[in-house]
Formats: sequence, C-alpha cells, structure tokens
Amino acid sequence: MAKTLEEINEKIRTGKVVVVTAEEMVDVVAQKGAKGAAEAIDVVTTGTFGPMCSSGVMMNLGHSSPRMKIGGGQVKLNRVPGYAGLAAVDIYLGATALPDEDPRNAVFPGEFRYGGGHVIEDLVARRRVLLEAESYGTDCYPRRELATWLTLDELNEAYIFNPRNGYQNYNIAVNLSQKTIYTYMGTLRARLGSANYCSAGQLSPLMNDPHYHTIGVGTRIFLGGGVGYVVWQGTQHSPTAPRNEKGIPTGGAGTLAVLGDLKQMSERWLRGASFRGYGATLIVGLGIPIPVLDEQTAAETGVSDADILAPVVDYSGAYPERKPDVIKHVSYAELKSGVIEVNGKFVPATPLSSYPRAKEIAETLKSWIAGGGFELTAPVAALPQADSGLKVRPMADHPPQAPGNER
Amino acid sequence: MQVSHRIVLHFPPTATDQPVIFRLSRDYGLVFNILRASITPEEEGLMVLELSGEDSDYQRAIGYLSEMGVRIQPLVQDIRKNDEKCVDCGACVGVCPTEALVLERPSMRVIFDPEECVVCGECVPTCPVAAMELRF
Repeated sequence: MAKTLEEINEKIRTGKVVVVTAEEMVDVVAQKGAKGAAEAIDVVTTGTFGPMCSSGVMMNLGHSSPRMKIGGGQVKLNRVPGYAGLAAVDIYLGATALPDEDPRNAVFPGEFRYGGGHVIEDLVARRRVLLEAESYGTDCYPRRELATWLTLDELNEAYIFNPRNGYQNYNIAVNLSQKTIYTYMGTLRARLGSANYCSAGQLSPLMNDPHYHTIGVGTRIFLGGGVGYVVWQGTQHSPTAPRNEKGIPTGGAGTLAVLGDLKQMSERWLRGASFRGYGATLIVGLGIPIPVLDEQTAAETGVSDADILAPVVDYSGAYPERKPDVIKHVSYAELKSGVIEVNGKFVPATPLSSYPRAKEIAETLKSWIAGGGFELTAPVAALPQADSGLKVRPMADHPPQAPGNER
Repeated sequence: MQVSHRIVLHFPPTATDQPVIFRLSRDYGLVFNILRASITPEEEGLMVLELSGEDSDYQRAIGYLSEMGVRIQPLVQDIRKNDEKCVDCGACVGVCPTEALVLERPSMRVIFDPEECVVCGECVPTCPVAAMELRF
C-alpha cells in the first residue's frame, strides 16, 4: 500500500509523522523488511557535512550614492575577488577564490588560510566584511571606486547558490608515489601510507535515493542550517555511472545544484576551509528528507555502509593524468573500520567528511519535520536519470596552435 | 625516585657522530624513547627525547650531555585542539604519526590525547578549519 506525499505532509501537520534518520532506517529495514519498514516509516532524513568547492553566494549589494556599475568592473570582499559580470550591484562570490596577494603554492605546500569560503563564513557569522570595487564609470553610473564595510543583513538578496553539492559517492584517494602529496582529498602519505575518503556513506542524501525518484528540482532541503531547495542537477551529474546489482553507484555519480537564503543559515553549517597544498573552499551542511512512498524507497533508504562500495584511485598518477584506473573497490564499512587492504598492504583509512556532523544534520531535519515546521515537496522536474544516457565528459581538446586549428 | 622527562636536545656538529643516546642507556641506566630526530640544514642535530629512570641518574646524564656540548631544553611547546572549531572531519588523524589524534568508533568523533603528542606540528596546517593550535 503506497503512501502519497500529501498523506505524509498531513501527518506532519497533525504531528503524527514517523520520521527516522537514514542510519536508524538501516536497522528498521533489517528488522522489518522493506515492506514492514514502508508501512511503519513515513520520512527518512539524510545528511552530509563536507567540503564542496562548487559553492558560493549570489548577492545584491544595493546601490551606492552616486551609483556605480560594479558589473563589468572588479569587486573584492575582504580582498577576495568576486565575480562582477552581472548587473551593476549583483555579484557572486565563490568558495575557492583567493586574494591576489595569497602566495598559493609558491612556498610549497601553501596554506590557503583565507579564501571565498572563509568570507562566506564571516558573512553568515554576521562579522563585517570589506567591500572594495572599481569600475569604468558611465553617465548613469558615474562612480569609479568604492570601499565600505558591510554585514550580511545590510545586503538585499544574499542566497547561497551551489552549482555542485552532495556528490553521490566519491573516490578513495591513495598515493603510490615515493613522496607525500597534497590534494583536495587531503595529505596523502607515500607508498600507500594513507587512504582518504569523503562521503557520509549511509547518511548521504543521494545514496538513499540512488535513482533520483524523490529528489529532484524543487525538493525542499536543509542547507547551511536553514531551508533551501534543489534547483537543478549539479555539474558533472552522471546518472549512468557504473552501479552494483542493487543500483548503488560504485563511484562518483549524481550531483545536486542547491540554493537557499544565506540570512537563515548559520556558521555551524557553513565553514571556510583550507586544504594544504591545494586551496580554500567551503564546508557545507546539506540534508534531504526522503518520503517513504513505497517498498522500493524503503529498501533504498535502508542502505548501509557495508552496501556502498567506492573506488580506490591513485592520486599521484592515475588521477592527475586523467586515467580511469581503479585499484580496487572497498565498502564504507571497511573504510570506517580505520584500515583497508590494498595490494597486500594494510592502509590506514581516514575521512574528510564529518560523519558526526552529518548525523546531527539528519537529526536536526528529523526534529524540524516531527515538529511540524517542515513539509516535504514533490519535484517539479526530475533530475536526469540513468535512462537519459547522461555521462560526464572530459574537456574538449583543440589547442589553437595545433595544425588545422588555426584561425 | 623515578622520573620521566621530555626534553629537546640540540647537538652541535661536533657531537653528531658520538653514540650519546647509547651512553644514556648503558652508562646512566635510563630508558629512552626517541620521539623525533632530525639533522637541520645547518648540520645541527635535533632530537626530542623522553628519558625515564632514577632522578639521580637523570641529573648525572644531563651533566654528561652538557659536557658533550648538547644544548637541552624542556619540551614546552604543546598542541591544543580547539573543540569549538573542530568539525570532526578526521583530516588530522591521517597525518598524526603517534596516534595522539584518533577517531572514536562508532561515533567517528576526533579525540586528541596530549600525552601521546610529540608536537611534530603536522596537524596544524592540515586541519581544514584551523582547530589545531600550537602554543609555546
């Protein structure tokens, strides 16, 4: 007997909804089976808290007096360059942007202590931020330079718009070379000295809806501590990525583009982060509720760490050279034990994504729903599914200097 | 009285070829644990050592080291985990050589044990949210 979303939302309104986290659902399905779980449980909440580089904030600064056409000029927030290619006072600040004066990897490995992600954290924490802008001046927008302190609440719109969040599965990074390497998967010790992974595993949103049946455009979510929405597929969304017999991707697959009002969010769930030798980014808290509409959804949300495999990839060779080689697959249960076996060696396995924080997000979303303040939405458009044939492609390679490519 | 001290030893180039640590054990009866050892570009030897034994033997051993031209400092640096900043991501655990930083299971929280820390400092630039602090 399938439920409808409207029935579930009515139960939310009347305080009768039965909601569990994806971690709790593993046991419910194990004990009651998918059919029993589908009858007993209405909503499963998921969560993840990890570095998500394709993140940023879209802001309207309001006009200065006299007016200034920052769009087409240059803008910086706390010395970090933003994007000024839209209307006069509409700017975007991305998580990985760095101040011009940051030495980057000039003295290797660089520290990247302050970038776009850190500015976003400062803004959401209601700390003041220095806006500096320069532009060319027009009759209607005569001002050419500007500097002012500002705080989040003095802006017009400020919405987090993240083109790629919530990766469905990801690589496990190892280093087969003879030297320590510094990557977006952390510091990796030589000769298989480390195996780093970055996923909330059984709590991860898209892992609990692996075919994107309930998550789609318009799904209401927990984002950065406030309410947000899925607005599109994320960049590199790849529904045709290889899957195991249960339909669970065995490597990076789907992604989400998400959006929400920064003024409702909190610095507990949006943190500037620095990856040694790599760059600056933003750690984002994301949580998605899944309505248990039928037995299939119940079975899918019952996925456990032992069911999810990820590919071990050499980040010293295959990855930078864009070779598809995978050494082997291991499960998140094995990874979370702290040691995995690779090529006959026992390799320490450590996370980069915080499981305790992912759990806290799932619990928080659970309490919002149980409290009646958060209703679920049906997607207005589906994300591309596996039958779309969509597969992430590499970049075009037509160097201008190659024979035949001249102007 | 049994004592145990963590000290930082600076060996001048003249002393780097002497079996000094061996003598601390054989001639002074001390148990030694080498926590860290390196030769700097200026060819000064640096060692962080834990020495344990009878206090009287320890004092005589310190005298011997000084005679050998070894400069001795107590290990006063320490590392602190700022629990308000820490997000339990686990990045530090992967770089800690002594398991002073470990993951508690099944919660997956990061636990720091200062007793195991040898102040190598790797966790400080590794922590993505600057939660590891080096203090003097």
